[in-house]
Amino acid sequence: MSGRTLYDKLWDSHLVSQRDDGSALIYIDRHLLHEVTSPQAFEGLSLAGRKPWRLDANLATVDHNVPTTNQAAGVAAISDPVSRLQISTLDDNCDELGITQFKMADLRAGIVHVIGPEQGATLPGMTVVCGDSHTATHGAFGALAHGIGTSEVEHVLATQCLVTKKMKNMLVTVTGPLGLGVTAKDVILSIIGQIGTAGGTGHAIEFAGEGIQSLSMEGRMTVCNMAIEAGAPVGLIAVDQTTIDYVEGRPFAPKNEDWLRAVEVWADLASDSKAVFDTVITIDGGLIEPQVTWGTNPEMVTGIKGAVPNPAGIVDPIQRGSIERALNYMGLKGGQSIESIQLDRVFIGSCTNSRIEDLRAAAKVVEGKRVSDSLIQAIVVPGSGLVKAQAEKEGLDQIFRAAGFEWRDPGCSMCLAMNADKLGRGEHCASTSNRNFEGRQGAGGRSHLVSPAMAAAAAIAGHFVDVREWI
Amino acid sequence: MQQFISEKGLVVPIDRSNIDTDQIIPKQYLKSIKRTGFGVNLFDDWRYLDPGEPGMDHSARRINPDFVLNDSKFNGATLLMARDNFGCGSSREHAPWALVEYGFRAVIAESYADIFYNNSFKNGLLPVVLAAKELEYLFDKSLGDLPLELMVDLPSQTVKGPDGFETRFEIDSFRKTCLLDGLDEIGLSLAEADGIRAYENTQRQRTPWLF
Repeated sequence: MSGRTLYDKLWDSHLVSQRDDGSALIYIDRHLLHEVTSPQAFEGLSLAGRKPWRLDANLATVDHNVPTTNQAAGVAAISDPVSRLQISTLDDNCDELGITQFKMADLRAGIVHVIGPEQGATLPGMTVVCGDSHTATHGAFGALAHGIGTSEVEHVLATQCLVTKKMKNMLVTVTGPLGLGVTAKDVILSIIGQIGTAGGTGHAIEFAGEGIQSLSMEGRMTVCNMAIEAGAPVGLIAVDQTTIDYVEGRPFAPKNEDWLRAVEVWADLASDSKAVFDTVITIDGGLIEPQVTWGTNPEMVTGIKGAVPNPAGIVDPIQRGSIERALNYMGLKGGQSIESIQLDRVFIGSCTNSRIEDLRAAAKVVEGKRVSDSLIQAIVVPGSGLVKAQAEKEGLDQIFRAAGFEWRDPGCSMCLAMNADKLGRGEHCASTSNRNFEGRQGAGGRSHLVSPAMAAAAAIAGHFVDVREWI
Repeated sequence: MQQFISEKGLVVPIDRSNIDTDQIIPKQYLKSIKRTGFGVNLFDDWRYLDPGEPGMDHSARRINPDFVLNDSKFNGATLLMARDNFGCGSSREHAPWALVEYGFRAVIAESYADIFYNNSFKNGLLPVVLAAKELEYLFDKSLGDLPLELMVDLPSQTVKGPDGFETRFEIDSFRKTCLLDGLDEIGLSLAEADGIRAYENTQRQRTPWLF
């Protein structure tokens, strides 16, 4: 008998029923909610006269649309009335139904994919869903986690289940060790560059190999977070001692007898040695350089020592057209070196890279230096109130402020620019976020995705530089 | 769920790959707490020359004459055609809401991102998958002086067009049934309430820390 993959195991242990028509009902252990994709679901539930199936499986917070300045002033002080209504609607819905919520300015509030793991609300072996595509993040804990739409948010609220179909298994092995100055962000960008933005469509990707196992939980979350940018709704990493050590003692984590039993059960959360994957890819982690995106989707990426591609050399007309369109939007010339790209803003934050380790890495580069005068703005947005507090305890805020960075309150901020934090038309931004789509960080804005250390170095230099030469 | 059986209509060809949901409906409109009102902002950044914000009079904005959706020959079109990986990126269901409210009943593309594909069915929007060669042929036909008209039929899983064009597309049987019957998925799942409770009781023994 062939073995099972980690995904197979998680699927099997959550299968409520396999239907004759090929669909399946799977049970959801943790449902994370935020203000943007939930109001219509709550409304639908109420209109149908339905109640939540199980309140304690839900955890809500506000992140996408909150201001990152003066959150302490409260929701009533939010100047944009449309944003204010959306945020207070989540507050009202959670209060009315009795759903646990970390409201704005609560120290425990922050980006939903930062606070779930931080609170131990994300645990190994769980199924985790949220109306947000970056729910893949939670797969770093050996949990089956993916984004859902608003209709499904309503479905999960009403039934604690999801109607779905099993995906295919993909294994991406990153051999190690990684080079000095090469981070989890460089690993995942490099993977996306190789398999493409649709390379993982229809698949759950398990990341394995020394290049992955050597990463901290923060790094593993960065990798799984961007599985969706390779098209895979699910990213997964097997549970090991690093996982267990991270989870132990967190507020929602099991305690005492339950903890001991849980650790035993979690020991099985890895693919069997004889497990069969539909697709297998191996990447030499030692060859990965710090990565920088030059185009308008995350597969348009290259190493810091590389150059923007020259469309004239591309034979396939569709691919050539897409590169030409991207370069036109980005205001770049084919053949231009990555290091020559001048920047206007730098953003350190997002569910990809706003955890304490990310801020430490950026602060280490910045310490004792000054943000380039050529920049309009450089901001650091911690992923949660607790990350912010920890960073302040370590004095990282002082390092950033002294260098000329703005130190903000937690939220999604300039990653998707729903609030006031955004790029102006034509501006180039070194961003630790996850999407460089046209207009993603503000209409006409030009995003370049990088690691926190690379963003920090770029802020100092005013253009991209190889952070390996700075350490 | 909105029903879909068949649709005969004009095709708007957007000759691009990787059309992400940020393009389909930009973030500023996601501040709304409603399911409606998104059609006028479909493809907002491509469709208008000046920046848009929620609550403004969009009819007063300058339209981009170079964007295919603004070409008057496609007025009343109900089918949208694109290349591969349509709907990638954000999970926002506002994307199918915007497409449907604009008037689209089906999308035809080489492939879709998983979450968008799933969300489409919840809103009666049929995402049809055709092979790259077929799309090449249809894009070629759609870029002439006259708009292309196609018939998308779900029961027979076919797309028919002029000059005898006819092709079959694949779709999961459960998704097909849901669309044809316009089924209430939550109601169907709640019909299995006993099974869900039985699962919970078993898991409560096995993994008590999850309850």
